[in-house]
Amino acid sequence: MAASAATHKERQFLAVIGDEDSVTGLLLAGIGHVTDGPDAQRNFLVVDSKTETSEIERAFQSFTQDRKDIAVVLINQHVAERIRHSVDAFAEPFPAVLEIPSKDHPYDPEKDSVLKRVRRLFGE
Amino acid sequence: MSGAVGREPVFPTRQSLGLMKSKLKGAETGHSLLKRKSEALTKRFREITRRIDEAKQKMGRVMQIAAFSLAEVSYAVGGDIGYQIQESAKQARFRVRAKHENVSGVLLPQFESYTQEGVNDFGLTGLGKGGQQIQRCRETYARAVETLVELASLQTAFLILDEVIKVVNRRVNAIEHVIIPRTENTIKYINSELDELDREEFYRLKKVSNKKQRDTAAADAEILAARQQAEEKPRNGTPEEPEAPDVLGEQEDTDVIF
Repeated sequence: MAASAATHKERQFLAVIGDEDSVTGLLLAGIGHVTDGPDAQRNFLVVDSKTETSEIERAFQSFTQDRKDIAVVLINQHVAERIRHSVDAFAEPFPAVLEIPSKDHPYDPEKDSVLKRVRRLFGE
Repeated sequence: MSGAVGREPVFPTRQSLGLMKSKLKGAETGHSLLKRKSEALTKRFREITRRIDEAKQKMGRVMQIAAFSLAEVSYAVGGDIGYQIQESAKQARFRVRAKHENVSGVLLPQFESYTQEGVNDFGLTGLGKGGQQIQRCRETYARAVETLVELASLQTAFLILDEVIKVVNRRVNAIEHVIIPRTENTIKYINSELDELDREEFYRLKKVSNKKQRDTAAADAEILAARQQAEEKPRNGTPEEPEAPDVLGEQEDTDVIF
């Protein structure tokens, strides 16, 4: 716990994995960030029907494990559905993984990994 | 129950009895404190879960409005601006910082959003047409992201609290069902052993005093007999010249008891 207290001070960005509309909107809000240097990394990934699941997986891993400057990972629910096992397996408090609805896919609270835990705790 | 938990490996002495008693007292104090901590955390936890539920519903609405305003933008601009925006994003304007909130010794992070001034990657976006819609869309999305950040901090607090409550409850249960019965068992054991020692000691003392009494009685009887004999001798018959005792001999005088 002490280690995380020291590290999450530097976490100041949001990351997003989602379809084009969600990413565009969130970028308009100003969350987009590209790191300097030769190995420039974007903190967003646009997923469409042609995107490989392995690529989503890789982006998710990089946002949650490798990068230490991301505080919140936003992921479209239908994208999260494709890598459900990774999302469910990720139980660290940092970064917070948040499933968001997209334009074409209405939000389904039954699938959310956190809400599932909430429901289970209250025995519903 | 008490048989299953066993007892601590101690020697049944008064010292360890004192130790065990203070240990039991400490365990009871700790138990009540931890219980209270767990209750405070659980109260907080329930509040957070309720707020998560609400925030998720709110998020659904907010995102819907935001998506609608984005649709307005693409209608006004008359084309896809997604690619342009993805390419022009360089520096994050919208950032978060983490603050801490202390709930009964547990640090809960709280994200707070702020905007980095002077960073605007989309100055030229929508220059031709649809600039107003884009501006509105940005504001809508900024509000949506604020909701999302709020939700994210709730969710993080939820995960941390969940973990901490589990640990605390495990400790409470361990103290309640293992440490306290075990210590009580040990105290009972030490007490019974000490009682046993007491009884043994009492029995031994009784034996010793019995033997002493017997010995004294025998000695008394002997002396009495000796005295009677001494009295009887001068009475019957002529008093003989008592043989001069051999003072220097080996035989010793009997002790004179008055």
